[in-house]
Amino acid sequence: MRYEQCIVLIVTVPLITSFLVVLLGWFKRWLCYPLVLAALGVSFLCSLGILDLVMERGTIHYWQGGWEPPWGIEYVVDHLNAFMLVMLTFIGLMVAIYSKKSIEREIPEKLVPYYSIFLLMVTGLIGITVTGDLFNVFVFLEIASLTAYALIAVGEDGAPMAAFNYVIMGTVGACFYYLGIGYVYIVTGSLNMADLSQLLPALYHNKAVLVGFALFTVGIAVKMGLFPLHVWLPDAYTYAPSATSAVIAPLFTKVMAYLMVRIFFTLFKPHFSIDLIPITQILTWVAAGGIIAGSILAIAQTDLKRMLAYSSIANIGYIVLGIGLANRMGLTGGLLHILNHAFMKGTLFLVAGGIMYKMGMRDITQFRGLHKKMPFTMAAFTIAALSMIGIPPTGGFFSKFYLVLGAIDARQWAFIVVLLASSLLNAVYFFRVIENIYLEPPVTAYATDGGTHEEIKRDELPLSMLVPILIMAAGVVLLGIFNERIIAFIIRFAVPASF
Amino acid sequence: MLEYIISKYNYWVYIFLMMLGLYGMIGKRNLVKKLIGMNIFQVAIILFYISIGSKVGGDIPILTAEDLHGMADPGKYLNPIPHVLMLTAIVVGIATTGVALAIIIMIYNRYKTLAEDEILEIRKETGV
Repeated sequence: MRYEQCIVLIVTVPLITSFLVVLLGWFKRWLCYPLVLAALGVSFLCSLGILDLVMERGTIHYWQGGWEPPWGIEYVVDHLNAFMLVMLTFIGLMVAIYSKKSIEREIPEKLVPYYSIFLLMVTGLIGITVTGDLFNVFVFLEIASLTAYALIAVGEDGAPMAAFNYVIMGTVGACFYYLGIGYVYIVTGSLNMADLSQLLPALYHNKAVLVGFALFTVGIAVKMGLFPLHVWLPDAYTYAPSATSAVIAPLFTKVMAYLMVRIFFTLFKPHFSIDLIPITQILTWVAAGGIIAGSILAIAQTDLKRMLAYSSIANIGYIVLGIGLANRMGLTGGLLHILNHAFMKGTLFLVAGGIMYKMGMRDITQFRGLHKKMPFTMAAFTIAALSMIGIPPTGGFFSKFYLVLGAIDARQWAFIVVLLASSLLNAVYFFRVIENIYLEPPVTAYATDGGTHEEIKRDELPLSMLVPILIMAAGVVLLGIFNERIIAFIIRFAVPASF
Repeated sequence: MLEYIISKYNYWVYIFLMMLGLYGMIGKRNLVKKLIGMNIFQVAIILFYISIGSKVGGDIPILTAEDLHGMADPGKYLNPIPHVLMLTAIVVGIATTGVALAIIIMIYNRYKTLAEDEILEIRKETGV
């Protein structure tokens, strides 16, 4: 009884607050920011309560309106969504704290609707994670997508065009997804995930089920930006306001990866996705292509945000590779990488936004001497970059380590080569940035000839931006140090038992 | 063969409409036409759902007084769930169209054109 209501509150509190933000923000603009923080704070506390409850009691169910599962809509939380929820609400909260100054600078006149839509997007993502009903997932998915389009469109010069391309691609993805629901519904007459996983095994050879599964896979792959279907992603992340890219990049694609795990291993039994049709094998090769292509494309960029966007494509590849390896180690690595990548990419985008805020530039060749100007921010950037490359004790090392172990278990030697090569490629493009920041002589030293070497004054970000960056960077290290506990208490139970 | 095609004509219609929409999104160079293609794509799927919910000789799924005395016969009624789901999907489709139209207005204000080629040219010249 203790925390049972949390599972509903975690969705409804931010949902209702997003309307309150518009109503109250109409009269008092300063009210928006504390309201958003309060709502996400409550959600975060709820998610901690849920995690506690799940670790103690296993899967928890909540029947909406008291209707029993096959008929009513059910909220289900097991270990997998519990840790997704904590991650979502925590990063949402951090980015909300951070967003105050950067939004006031970038889009001052759209403050009230921005906060409302921001909150609505986090609500949508939480909803996708928490619900146990296929069509409900689609509704929350569209809430999250529509708000994401709007959040991206208010960005810089190229943003509307990027947002339009995202609308077209995103709608195709979502349409494929709900067409897939239709095909599964034809043969089973049910929309509840738990019910479907009971009904489907008898129908695995049915053509409609196969078509439905294929449509699910393609739809989610478009939404998560898996390599050949990633074309909307770089522009959208690059031109969005910095707070937007800092929330969409770590969260949106990760939630889609979660949905993929759900559909492959909960809705359909692992036996179907692995043995009956070789979808996981196909996905590993697609993912491997994505890892290499994303890393190489990232090297070619000079714009920091665009580089991070391409690196996201590579990292989606890691997660899908973990799913596709389909053994205990591989999937553990994939799930751990969802968590780690959310933290490190969040930190990196927050820092990129911070540099934009202070210096108004994103070209990495202009970053010279930034370590003197913003030492703490650059330290956070370095930690997250080291984690992206995969250097212990940061979190990124451990998820890659488990992925390599998974590849060894699956006897897929090619993927070990891919993983190691991509780590080297990561090192190339991140060390190029770090070198520019720390080692290259500052630009001002050239400009002032005649020995008047001006010292660069320290000019840190305001505290409301700096603190979230530092907390996230600390999180990257802590996730690495406590990775064994995270696996032993949470992720171990999230991996299907038959692995 | 012909009978096979005719007996499942609803699926052929929806696939034809879907491909038409897909062509509109990929092949057309005008943003509004792309949006119309997207709409056709969505409506095709809505038609698909509605067709799977209907049956020959089916009635509106409302129980009458006689049904309540005996067991209600599900064969007599249309399946309401796909129709209800499509209410939601239609709303989602309208919302998507609205957002896309708002974005198109932003694009028009910025570039003063809606032809994709011209926009790409302007972007190439200005560097963004």
